[in-house]
Amino acid sequence: MDFLGFIIILVKVLVVFAATMLTVLILIYAERRVSAFMQGRLGPNRVGPKGILQPIADGIKFLMKEEFIPAGVDKPIFILAPAILLIPALMTFAVIPFGSSITILGREIALQVADVNVGILYILALTSIGVYGIVLAGWSSNSKYSLLGGLRSSAQLISYELAMGLAVVSIILLSGSLKLNDIIADQQGYFLSWNVFKQPLAFVIFLVAVYAETNRLPFDLSEAEQELVGGYHTEYSSMKFAMFFMAEYANMITAAALTVTLFFGGWDFPLINETMLGNWGTALSVLAFILKMGFFLFLFIWVRWTFPRFRYDQLMKLGWKVMLPTALFNIFVTAGYLTIKSVV
Amino acid sequence: MTRVTELPLETDKMVLNFGPQHPSTHGTLRIIMELDGETVTKATPEIGYLHSGFEKLGEDLDFNQYITITDRMNYLSPLCNNVAYALAAEKLIGIEVSKRTEYIRVLMCELSRIADHLLNVGMLAVDLGALTAFLYGFKLREDIYDLFEIATGTRLTTSYTLVGGLMRDIPDGYDKAVLKVLDEVDKVANDIETLLNKNRIWQDRTKKIGIISKEDAISYGITGPMARATGIEWDIRVNEPYSSYEDFEFDVAIALNGDVFDRYLVRMEEIRQSIKICRQSLEKMPSGDVIVDPGLGYSLPPKDEVYNSIEGLIYHFEVTMPNRGMTPPVGEAYVPTESPNGELGFYIVSDGNRTPYRVRTRPPSLMNYSIFSKLIEGHMLSDAPAIIGSINVIAGELDR
Repeated sequence: MDFLGFIIILVKVLVVFAATMLTVLILIYAERRVSAFMQGRLGPNRVGPKGILQPIADGIKFLMKEEFIPAGVDKPIFILAPAILLIPALMTFAVIPFGSSITILGREIALQVADVNVGILYILALTSIGVYGIVLAGWSSNSKYSLLGGLRSSAQLISYELAMGLAVVSIILLSGSLKLNDIIADQQGYFLSWNVFKQPLAFVIFLVAVYAETNRLPFDLSEAEQELVGGYHTEYSSMKFAMFFMAEYANMITAAALTVTLFFGGWDFPLINETMLGNWGTALSVLAFILKMGFFLFLFIWVRWTFPRFRYDQLMKLGWKVMLPTALFNIFVTAGYLTIKSVV
Repeated sequence: MTRVTELPLETDKMVLNFGPQHPSTHGTLRIIMELDGETVTKATPEIGYLHSGFEKLGEDLDFNQYITITDRMNYLSPLCNNVAYALAAEKLIGIEVSKRTEYIRVLMCELSRIADHLLNVGMLAVDLGALTAFLYGFKLREDIYDLFEIATGTRLTTSYTLVGGLMRDIPDGYDKAVLKVLDEVDKVANDIETLLNKNRIWQDRTKKIGIISKEDAISYGITGPMARATGIEWDIRVNEPYSSYEDFEFDVAIALNGDVFDRYLVRMEEIRQSIKICRQSLEKMPSGDVIVDPGLGYSLPPKDEVYNSIEGLIYHFEVTMPNRGMTPPVGEAYVPTESPNGELGFYIVSDGNRTPYRVRTRPPSLMNYSIFSKLIEGHMLSDAPAIIGSINVIAGELDR
C-alpha cells in the first residue's frame, strides 16, 4: 500500500467515526423531539435554537458528574464493561459501504472503510461481542437488579441471534457472497430487485431481531426501568453511563445501516445507475443511503414510543418457537428455489 | 477427575428488595420478594412507609378542619375523599345538604374518577414500557386538575367540601369548561384504547396475569374496579346510592376474568360512564345554595355578613373559637362511598366534643393491596409492576 492509500484510509476512518458520533448526537436529539411530538409535549427547546444543542449539554453534564464506583464491585470488569459494549458498536460500521466509489485525481476511492470479504460475519461477530459488555456490567456491579439485567441480556442473545443469523443466511444464499459490496451489487438496478421484495420473510425476522440486538423497546428487557430500575447500568454514573447510552445509539446506526444494506439495496438509488453519473452519482448514492438509514432510525424511535415491553420468557418463546422455525423454513424455501433454478 | 455432570447443581433463592425506592412502586411500597430465577416464589409486602398519622389527627381537628387532611390521603382523587368525609360527618350531625350541593359533589367525584383512572391506566402502561399511553392520559389529567383549580382554588389539596355543603359554588360558565374537557376525555380514551387494546404485546403482558377469583375478591374485601373485574356486580353508587346518585343513569362496568387486562378494561369503561354522569349532572344542575347552615355552628357565614354586620362577625367567631360552635351529637356514623378504587368511608365516633373521639378511614387501597402477595406468587418479576399498577395502590391512603 502506498503512502497516499494509507492517508486515504485514515481519512475514511476519521470521517466514518466522526459521522457516527455526530449521528449519535443527532439521534439523541431526534429521539427526544420525536417522542415529544408523539406524546404532545415540546421536548428539549431551551439549549440553542429549537434545543439542538441539548445533546451537547447532556454530554457536558455527563462529563461533570461524579464518577462513582460502588463498594464491592469487580473493579476491572466494572470499568471495562462500557468499553466492551461501545467499541464494537463503533467498529461495526467499518465494513458497511455508504456510497458507490468516488473519483478524485484519477483515483477511485470506495466509500467504505474496509472491504472485508467476510463482511457479514464480521458484523455478526462484533455485535455479539457487544452483549458481553452488558453481561459483564451486570455481573460486576454487585447489584441484584444489574445481575438480573445481565442475565436477561444473555438469554435474549441466544434467543434472537440464531434467527437473525438464519435470516441473513437466506440473503447470502441469494447473493452467493459474504461481502457486503456483492450483496449490494446483487440488488442493483430495478426497484424490485431489492432483497426486501425477494425475501420479505427474512426481512421481518431480521428487523425484529435487530430491535432485540440493539436492546430497544419492545426488547429492552435488560434495562427495563420499571422492573430492574436501570438493569445492567443501574450502578453506573458519569461518562461510563454515557458510554452505554452512546453504544445503544451507535448500535442503532449500525443496525439501520445493515438493514438498508441487506434488504434495501444499500446505497442504490432506485432506477438510476449511479456509476454512469460519476461523482454526482456517488453523491446521489450517499444521499440514498442516508435517507434510507434515516427512515429506519426513525422507525426505531417510532416503535420505541408505541409498544409495551415484552416479558423475558415471551421473548424467548418468540425467538425459539416463532422466529427460528420461520427462518429455517425461509432458508429451506430459498435453497430449494435456487437448486431448482440451477437445475432447470 | 470429577465429571462436571455428576456435581449436584445447587441453586439458591434470591431475596430481592423491591422498593421502597423503586420506579414502579408508586410512592413508597416495599415488597420483599423471593426469586427463583425470575419467578417470584414468595412476596411479602411491607407497608407503613408513608404513615403520616392522618387518623390520629382526626382526634385533634374539628369536623371542618379534618377535611383538609382527607384530600392529602389520596393524591389521585382527593375530592372523593373530601366528599366521603363530609357525608359521614353530615350523617352523624344530621344535616341534609341541598340538591345543588349533591350534584356538584357528584360532578367533582366523577371528574376525579376520570382523572384517577386515566392516571392509573397510564401508570399500568408505563410500567409495561408504553410511555406514550401514559402521557396521553397525563396531559388530560392536567386539564381536569385545571377544572379543580377553577372550582376549588387548588389542584390537589382541594378541601372543597364543608360539613353541610361546599366551600363555594362553581363559577359561571363552569359547565362549558367541563364539557370541553369531557369531549377531550372521550377522544383520549379512544386513543389509549387504540394504542393498547389490540396490541399483542399488551395482551400477552396483561391477560391471565394476577387473576383474582370471585371468591377471593369477596373474602379479601376487595371493592371497586378490581372487584368488578372479577364479575362481582357491586357498585355502591347503584347499590346504596348516596349524594343523589340515584338520579343519574349509568351502567356498571364489569368483566369476568379478573386479570390485569380486565381491570384495565373496567377502568376504561368507567371513564366513559363517568363522562355520562358528568354530562347529566351539568344538564340537571339544580339552582340553589351550596351551604346549609342549620345554625349549629359548622359553616362560616357569608363573608359580606362578616365584614358588614356585627351579628355576622360574632357568629363567625362563634364558629371558629375552640370553645364555642359545633356541638355534634354523641354517636357514630359511617357512609360508604364508591371512590375510584373501591369502597371508601370514614367511620366517625363522636363523644359530643368539638373534635371527634375517633376517625377511622376505610381505605380501598389497604384491602385491595392485601391480596397482592397471593397474586404475584408464581408469576415473574416483570409481572410485579403490572399487578401493582392494576391494583392502583395509593400509599397515602394505604398507610394513612
